[in-house]
Amino acid sequence: MRRTVAILTGNPLSLLGMGLVSFVILAAALADVIAPYPGHAGAVVDFANANRPPGADYWLGTDVVGRDVLSRILYAYRVALGLGLVVLSIAPPIGVAVGLMAGYIGGWTDYVLMRITEVFLSIPPLVLALAIMGVMEPTLLNAMLAVTAMWWPWYARLVYNITRGEKVEGYVLAAEIIGASKAHVMFREILPNCVPAIVTKMTLDVGFVIIIASSLSFLGLGVQAPTPDLGSMVSEGTRYLPDSWWLTVFPGLAILVAVFGFNLIGDVLRDVLEPD
Amino acid sequence: MPPPETAFTGNDRPVVTILSRLLRRLVSTLLVLFGVSLLIFLIARVIPGDPARIALGPRASEEQVEAMRETLHLNEPIIVQYAFFLGDLLRADLGISLYSNRPVMTDIAEYLPATLELVFLAGFLMVSLGLPLGALSARYRDRWPDDLIRLLTLLSVSAPSFVWAVGMVLAFSFAIPLFPIAGRISETIDIQVVTGFLLVDTIVAGRPDAFVSALHHVILPAFALSLSGIGQAARLTRTNMIATYEQPHVEMARAYGFSERDISRRYAFKPSLIPSLTVIGLDFAALLGNAFLVEVIFAWPGISRYGVGVILQKDLNAIVGTVLIISATFLIANIVVDLLVSVINPRIRLSEHGK
Repeated sequence: MRRTVAILTGNPLSLLGMGLVSFVILAAALADVIAPYPGHAGAVVDFANANRPPGADYWLGTDVVGRDVLSRILYAYRVALGLGLVVLSIAPPIGVAVGLMAGYIGGWTDYVLMRITEVFLSIPPLVLALAIMGVMEPTLLNAMLAVTAMWWPWYARLVYNITRGEKVEGYVLAAEIIGASKAHVMFREILPNCVPAIVTKMTLDVGFVIIIASSLSFLGLGVQAPTPDLGSMVSEGTRYLPDSWWLTVFPGLAILVAVFGFNLIGDVLRDVLEPD
Repeated sequence: MPPPETAFTGNDRPVVTILSRLLRRLVSTLLVLFGVSLLIFLIARVIPGDPARIALGPRASEEQVEAMRETLHLNEPIIVQYAFFLGDLLRADLGISLYSNRPVMTDIAEYLPATLELVFLAGFLMVSLGLPLGALSARYRDRWPDDLIRLLTLLSVSAPSFVWAVGMVLAFSFAIPLFPIAGRISETIDIQVVTGFLLVDTIVAGRPDAFVSALHHVILPAFALSLSGIGQAARLTRTNMIATYEQPHVEMARAYGFSERDISRRYAFKPSLIPSLTVIGLDFAALLGNAFLVEVIFAWPGISRYGVGVILQKDLNAIVGTVLIISATFLIANIVVDLLVSVINPRIRLSEHGK
């Protein structure tokens, strides 16, 4: 653990990553305090100041109804991180349980569970989420459900592959010989060995959840107006290209900054936690 | 359907021929496709509200709705409903789209080729740029070309494809007007649609000018679509090649005095291709999904506008049909990748779990 922290803080790339991620988290947490126009997160119109290019009053410009782009980006970070947090606290436990059971118990449990996992994996992620959103009302909660439904199989497969390797190891055999229950072997013996891979994947996945969620709302099927969302901001802005370029470029950059930050950390973390 | 324990012991059997490998893949693919149809059917049925009422709209009478329920078999138990659905599916009948009032199959046949053209070109870019970049990165491991490639590829996977599409349009259509802003082909060109793939149709029609125009239109969207794929493919190839570099046969080649160039190409790249290609097959799924995003920016007349349209209209038949066809396309692409892999390495054995 101490070694991990040392390597993370000693590597320039992961330092950059941590800088970007702290910036994003602080921006989301302190949006109420630092946003120049906190009211602009909602359904506000100020036509007198509509379509202002970036300048002293509005650092990143204003949109077609006169709302401050910077303020909306700060609040959109809040939505994006919240969504990531929810998805990544539901999907991995489901996937881990499925992967452990399929890998350790084997036989028909393995066959059935992994075929189900495969079915989920063979629908393109975005398309599966689209289909789910299609039959449900497009709300923030449903967006989280849709993204979660497409996320757990990746953890199931990851943990399954590790479990298959671990279950023939001596320590598992030893636990079985002294009569440990299946649940004990799975969750107390094998699971700890899956943790590094799971943690790495979760770090990288914060970024991917942000990408998928913004893609859904870009298509008009995610977070709904007037809640600020990076994907819908880009989507609205494309109608005013190239003149009002700031409406698409800044929300797009905001996505890039956040995801890049998490990816940088995840990448270094992978090198440290999974040296093979 | 043997349990996987027996499937796993298959590794000591003699070489499995490509044909039987293809056959087994087809069977397992059909099984998965069956599962996909069940999953999509269930998703479409958990919809709150009455599908018949949604289809007819709020002004339809109670009798009309009841009649519709009867035609759609909605009064039967859910298993019977699924059986009807599956029966239609086997006859390639996906029902009528409420959005366009045409058979869903006709709609998809019209829109899918444009999407596939984009996706295939993006897939080609992903492999032809991603693999060499990854190989270069591995060869110069931990030196500046490696650092640069790693940073760029990490950046490329850090934004959704619609952000790259916006960036490309701003840079190469507006700022430097090199490429067209939208569409598939110049409006003044009239081409007989045969396959729906314009790059093919223009050649069939013997119109080099039209072919150039179509190519000119598809390059920018395809590149925007492939950007994260290129990054992913490069990162993956690098990881696999570095693992290969550490194997004894590379050390031996060095000891014999082969040049680094030869070692990189013949002894490190080729064996690394196999695991890379398998995962790239999975990335194809991402391309198909992301095509939705890129098409919107470039006003590309593919499946995206139709797909989003039917979703907003809650057009169940069309939603189910679109998802099924896209999944089937993805599964077929994976079989092709699998065959490619077995051509590269004929000794590779079929393992349902090795993927």
